[in-house]
Amino acid sequence: MSTRQLFTRPARRAAIAPYLWMVLFFLLPFAFVAKIALSQSALAQPPYLPTFDLTAGWEALKAAAATLSLDNFRLIFSDELYANSYLRSLLVAATSTTLLLLLGYPVAYAIARLPERWQPIAMVLVIIPFWTSFLIRVYAWINILQHDGLLNQVLMALHVISAPLVWLSTDSAMYIGIIYSYLPFMILPLYASLAKLQPSLLEAAQDLGASPAKSFWLVTFPLSLPGVGAGVLLCFIPIVGEFVIPDLLAGSGDMMIGQTLWLEFFANKDWPLAAAIAVMLLGILLVPLLVYEHIQRRQLEGKQ
Amino acid sequence: MAGRAQPGLSRFNVTALALGLGFLYLPIVILVIYSFNASRLVTVWGGWSLRWYVEFFNDQAMLAASWMSLRVAAASATAATVLGTLAAIALSRGARFKGRTLFSGMLYAPLVMPEVITGLSLLLLFVAINVERGFWTVTVAHTTLTMCFVTVVVQSRLNSLDRSLEEAAMDLGCSPVRAFLSASLPLIAPSIAAGWMLAFTLSLDDLVIASFTTGPGSATLPIRIYSEIRLGVKPEVNAICTLFIGLITLLIVSASLASKISSARGDNAARA
Repeated sequence: MSTRQLFTRPARRAAIAPYLWMVLFFLLPFAFVAKIALSQSALAQPPYLPTFDLTAGWEALKAAAATLSLDNFRLIFSDELYANSYLRSLLVAATSTTLLLLLGYPVAYAIARLPERWQPIAMVLVIIPFWTSFLIRVYAWINILQHDGLLNQVLMALHVISAPLVWLSTDSAMYIGIIYSYLPFMILPLYASLAKLQPSLLEAAQDLGASPAKSFWLVTFPLSLPGVGAGVLLCFIPIVGEFVIPDLLAGSGDMMIGQTLWLEFFANKDWPLAAAIAVMLLGILLVPLLVYEHIQRRQLEGKQ
Repeated sequence: MAGRAQPGLSRFNVTALALGLGFLYLPIVILVIYSFNASRLVTVWGGWSLRWYVEFFNDQAMLAASWMSLRVAAASATAATVLGTLAAIALSRGARFKGRTLFSGMLYAPLVMPEVITGLSLLLLFVAINVERGFWTVTVAHTTLTMCFVTVVVQSRLNSLDRSLEEAAMDLGCSPVRAFLSASLPLIAPSIAAGWMLAFTLSLDDLVIASFTTGPGSATLPIRIYSEIRLGVKPEVNAICTLFIGLITLLIVSASLASKISSARGDNAARA
């Protein structure tokens, strides 16, 4: 056992480079986001004021710091547009995460009950679409959902509808796109926790007289809760900030917060407001992020 | 065997599996088929044709964007694989060390962090330190995102690794580092390769972070595709997407072959 300890020290040294990298390119940028969220938009290069010039001396820095303000946050709180945008994001994320769970659970459950040697194959089949481009998968749905697209053609051929329906640029299209893109993220952790389930527990429940439905709710489902938690967070958090899917598939009416941020940044060139939106979004997502981080850590490090 | 399913596998299970996989694959299959459509109208079938592939190979802007994307993906995936593997080694073998919680937090958070936040924050950093935006800024941004995925892939392999070979190497007089490099590294090599490929495809695919961090005149392929499809379906984009899917499939197949070969080798080594 002492031999295992010996590699610990060089292994720790391996952390130095990735540690510095993440501090520099993940942690440090948030300081700039926070600072620019307190700045004002300006017709300058870069398009915000104040800019701190470290060579200008202490007094100049203090004067610049004094011009920082909470104006952007006041705007976000006073203009309904932003509140609606945050609410819509949370609502869309909650709805689609629920649908993902309802759709993903039966698939993960079925895979976990396949003969053992087929399970990895089925999981690879679930994961492969995740490896093909996200943008392509959203784009594939534009092909299908457009006015004279395949979905309308099929539905009309089956006489389900008599005239083409409008699918593209609706919330239904957006939900289809989100569910399609995130389904592997839901199935993966669900399967991981369902595959660990001991069949003997179910047999015991049935021996004691529980119906299959009852033994599912009393045994299987509670034991799969860690997977449910991981899957829900793995989908919910990024969907709240989703930009591509609502932009390409939803209508031009209500916007999700990712779209609002994008618009303020790229169209209106209001970097400080975009930064303030990002700070608020991060604040909203902080608790689910920390919970996710905790689950991930336990999953990767608990087994050691 | 079709009639006799596994004891636990009900008709409901089979239906769920078939519908789930069908839902995942049908849109991609349709896209691939339509990329060979001769008709300009995307929804009218005009017979098989390679017309849109020819169009793509004559589209200078698209080709330039593809080249930019491939270079960024190769460079960032390589950097991410080195950094991510080091991070995985530290997390899996470093036991407890100071700042470990922050370290793993920084590595797991980007996995779910909305891309608009990651992209915006990196851009503001690049602007503040006043670097020219283009190839290098996108590469650094993609390295930051994808090294976290590499870490998770390699770390879960390292955790499940049997360390007896490494201990044997040390008993035979190897230093701990040498023992790790010669006994364990070859065994985790398939995961490292898988991590590289995952990083490569994630980088090739990314629209949001690249849009924030790139500069004028250096659009990546997703940025070009995005600006094309915002205005509707373009048959040429179907062809590009099919080529992309082909490339990814090729990578996955070769990686799984490589991992089969190397795991067979690992088994032999373990038996020997």
